[in-house]
Amino acid sequence: MTIPRMHVLFPFDPDTLLSGVKEFEAALLKELKKRNLENEVKVLETGSIGVTGKGILMVVYPEGVYYSNLKISDIPRIVEEHFIKGRPVKEFFLGEVPARFVKREKLGLVREQRRVVLENAGIIDPENIEEYIATGGYEALEKVLTSMKPEEVIDEVKKSGLRGRGGAGFPTGLKWELTRKAEGDEKYIICNADEGEPGTFKDRLILEGDPHKLLEGMIIGGYAIGASKGYIYVRGEYELSINRMQKAIDDAYKYNILGKNILGTDFSFDLEIKKGAGAYVCGEETALIESLEGKRGQPRNKPPYPVTHGLWMKPTAVNNVETIANVPPIVMRGAEWFRKLGTEKCPGTKVFTILGHVVYPGLIEVEMGTTLRDIIFNYGGGIKDGKKFKGALVGGAAGVFVPQKLLDVKMDFDSLKEYKAVLGSGAILVLNEDTCMVDMLFSIIRFFKHESCGQCSPCRIGTYELYTLINKVRSGEAKEEDLEMMIGLSEVMNDSSFCPLGQSLIMPVKSAIENFREEFVAHFDKNYRCEKCRR
Amino acid sequence: MAEMVKLYIDGKEVEVDKDATILDAAKKVGVHIPTLCYHADLSPTGACGVCVVEIEGSPTPKRSCCTPVAPGMKVTSNSKYLREIRKALVQLILSNHDVTCPTCPANEHCELQSLANYLGVDTDGLPTVLEKKPIDETSIAIVRDPNKCILCGRCVNVCNDIQTVSALTIADRGFDATIDTFFSLGMGNSACVNCGQCTVFCPTGALSERSEIDLVWDALLDPDKVVVVQEAPSIRATLGEEFGMEIGTVTVGKMYAAMRRLGFDVIFDTNFAADLTIMEEANELVERIKNGGALPLITSCSPGWIKFMETFFPDLAKYVSTCKSPQQMFGALVKTYFAKESGIDPSKIVSVSIMPCTAKKFEARRPEMRDSGYQDVDYVLTTRELVRMLKAADIDLKTLPDEKPDELMGMYTGAATIFGATGGVMEAAVRTAYWMLTGKDLPNLDIEAVRGMAGIKEAELDINGMKVKVAVAHGLGNARTLLTKVKEQIEKTGQSEYAFIEIMACPGGCVGGGGQPKGSTFAMRARRGEGLYKEDRELPYRKSHENPAIIRLYDKFLGKQGSELAHRLLHTHYFKRSNLDGACVEAVTEKHVHH
Repeated sequence: MTIPRMHVLFPFDPDTLLSGVKEFEAALLKELKKRNLENEVKVLETGSIGVTGKGILMVVYPEGVYYSNLKISDIPRIVEEHFIKGRPVKEFFLGEVPARFVKREKLGLVREQRRVVLENAGIIDPENIEEYIATGGYEALEKVLTSMKPEEVIDEVKKSGLRGRGGAGFPTGLKWELTRKAEGDEKYIICNADEGEPGTFKDRLILEGDPHKLLEGMIIGGYAIGASKGYIYVRGEYELSINRMQKAIDDAYKYNILGKNILGTDFSFDLEIKKGAGAYVCGEETALIESLEGKRGQPRNKPPYPVTHGLWMKPTAVNNVETIANVPPIVMRGAEWFRKLGTEKCPGTKVFTILGHVVYPGLIEVEMGTTLRDIIFNYGGGIKDGKKFKGALVGGAAGVFVPQKLLDVKMDFDSLKEYKAVLGSGAILVLNEDTCMVDMLFSIIRFFKHESCGQCSPCRIGTYELYTLINKVRSGEAKEEDLEMMIGLSEVMNDSSFCPLGQSLIMPVKSAIENFREEFVAHFDKNYRCEKCRR
Repeated sequence: MAEMVKLYIDGKEVEVDKDATILDAAKKVGVHIPTLCYHADLSPTGACGVCVVEIEGSPTPKRSCCTPVAPGMKVTSNSKYLREIRKALVQLILSNHDVTCPTCPANEHCELQSLANYLGVDTDGLPTVLEKKPIDETSIAIVRDPNKCILCGRCVNVCNDIQTVSALTIADRGFDATIDTFFSLGMGNSACVNCGQCTVFCPTGALSERSEIDLVWDALLDPDKVVVVQEAPSIRATLGEEFGMEIGTVTVGKMYAAMRRLGFDVIFDTNFAADLTIMEEANELVERIKNGGALPLITSCSPGWIKFMETFFPDLAKYVSTCKSPQQMFGALVKTYFAKESGIDPSKIVSVSIMPCTAKKFEARRPEMRDSGYQDVDYVLTTRELVRMLKAADIDLKTLPDEKPDELMGMYTGAATIFGATGGVMEAAVRTAYWMLTGKDLPNLDIEAVRGMAGIKEAELDINGMKVKVAVAHGLGNARTLLTKVKEQIEKTGQSEYAFIEIMACPGGCVGGGGQPKGSTFAMRARRGEGLYKEDRELPYRKSHENPAIIRLYDKFLGKQGSELAHRLLHTHYFKRSNLDGACVEAVTEKHVHH
């Protein structure tokens, strides 16, 4: 057996696939063969590394060089210079990198991260169960099934302080305990992988890059709450996620990690993927359950909560992908280890998606409580094209516009709450000085109008009224009282909408108008020139 | 014993079942919480949000209609804050509502209208966002105006959950969400059976009957026409409500007086035809029992049920009585028997019926309902339409004297009057069938087991030692349950345990019909039924075969029961229908078979 001297990793995600990474890989293999380097250079396919908008990406070890925006015509040069002569080609380096060998840890977006749920993403082959096992995968499951009672698992998760990463931050251990204690002959665990929040693709990275970690967490969760059946509800557009997840499930069945008497124990557990049809509201857990049951995706009243009346009205734990992916590390390394990460009330790490006018758009995993400034200016590389920072929409479309003065806010559930903001899905949309806030708010309201399910009148009509009012602002027909009406209406929607969809519009509406009022007022003037609203 | 939970509503302690909602608890302790989409007989949808209350410890208000109680819960039902939310919510709904109250069929019966009025809602400021959608006029019986729809979901719930017809659903999303039918073909091209329960449950004017008021006025004001009217059994028990009388008050004499004042030329009564139906149907039952015909015999007076059967249970058609409904028997006789007896040219007769029912409009226009040589019944008015006509003519029912109907087809027995309540047809038929089989009167005329609001009722009768099992179902969901069982029995053993089944499409029977006053609850329907049973007890004749007008009819015109002429005028046949668009596929029983 030959040991290759170099490893070339191709992150496969929708971004790189659309850029033609498959064709590039084939061309590279052909070139390697031509030069007789097949045995010296090994080519691997991995999941996303969290970098977006940079074309075809390629990571080369042992140096840890990140290449971006590659073209097939670049192949001979890279092979000649880097693979044969050992001189990495600087002009293809990802981002503005120093003129020396670039290590992963030093590189823009991916430097100094604290990766727990993403520890394997972009490194192992997500379609190979043995690679996952080789990194210590399924050891946590074995530990749980052979040496822990379900209550002990729940206890460990409770002690870890893990909180739901879907947005609400509900303590995961408590949710599992309530489900376990709820009366019911059958129980379910559902993984919410609908990931509908605009600008968020953190769950996709886990699904694509490390599907077995999610799978392991699901089985442990099922064991803890007393479920023998689990569902992963994935948004239908995530084709690659679905394929990889399905491959992982099929392989797990072959390895007796799913199915009857898992790993020779008494525990049996089945797992199934359900594809969502793209409705934003189906990310809300009760609407998701309705959709899973084959009904129209509309939320149910809460209480009763899914922990007692969930899927088919049986006790059900609905957990986000990132939450579940945290479970195997917690079980393996212990609650104490987990609590050392992040803040006291929000231990652990958080995956953030950074988008908008930054140098390095993409995805990072850092400790809870990292400041917004750090995320935008350190990891995101600051505002691109030398522009000034104006604000950031934090938490997704149902998030808050954070102005300059709040840049030092710590990014965790509780610190954000003090500013009436939310961590939400962890999406951070960075806006530069050229952004029109009226136009931004218009986009958000239009999104909510489009995604309202129509079940309750406050949301159904309220979103449309807000849409009408923001259009008045855009066209220069609005007055001061229209802004007050928008805030008032959002408040009524917050107090009386059936589900979080209608309840949360208050956050973007109020924060946009209150933090950037001058800009809204300026639009009252019909002669005000706005590139975005008055084209 | 159910587990009880103690909580506090506006400081008042109340104890309720653990599965009760906050709204239930508030009702129990006499606290009024305004509601709009909520209806006592349907599962809550939580659509409107008007019933929100504050709960101590909850950051936002909760809907009282669908939030379960919890021990020690402290609820505030009203506050300045809650009033503001409620007003804003109604204002929002009105901003997307075609506010045409003065001309709306639901005017003065609209829950949105009264709520807006009671709360003092201000409609200024908020832009109107109504985008007009086309009105669905495809149905003969029901008109759906989406511009008045508040998407409370009641119609969908009653159509799905109670009637199991599922003609209506919510389609599209968000602001485009709308109530729709299969492939948007319209109610007239759907599985809709025209029962009209949606029009009763609809809180606004979005669902109403197709009005024939103008056509009837035209006939009444035409000097060349002889306008004959018949009133269904249940009308006499519901009309009074609309004039401030106690629910369940029977107003038959005042009803005739009102008809005369409206200008009808001849005042008859559907009850006469109900007695006739019993004569024919009891005869059919006796024949089938004696000759080993298809049993169980299933009643056929409810046209909503008939279309339901044709759509969902066409293989049971041969069990359904061939008798036309009383409305249609009456219609066939008006333009033959009455025309002959009075010497009036039947082409000059306009036959109008007052019905508790929207499906009767569909029934009257079925192509096979022309056995007199004309359309047997020209116009069908619901109770609600009649009330509007009476109000237009400023006729106050309450103050009218009691009058009598015209003789020829106006006389009736107690057996006919109970047709209007669930179980009534069964009870009436048994009274006469017993007499036909034994030559004696039923020892106790009151068959309590088939009365009341239980969804499916059963009884075993002893007819001279012969045990006869009967069943009654009202509401099509209950009918579906019962018939599924019957079908299974027949498939398995070749026969059913029942000999006779009564089915009414509407919960409560005709007193709960789709043409009755809007907003009635099942509890109100039960009280209306009791009014009819009271009238039955007080009438001189209580068995159809004792009705002198019926005896005369057979004597002078029809001959005997089941005669050739009786068959031609009084019996019908059925079709199989598509459950997608409701269209006829094929005839499933033969026309006018003489048995």
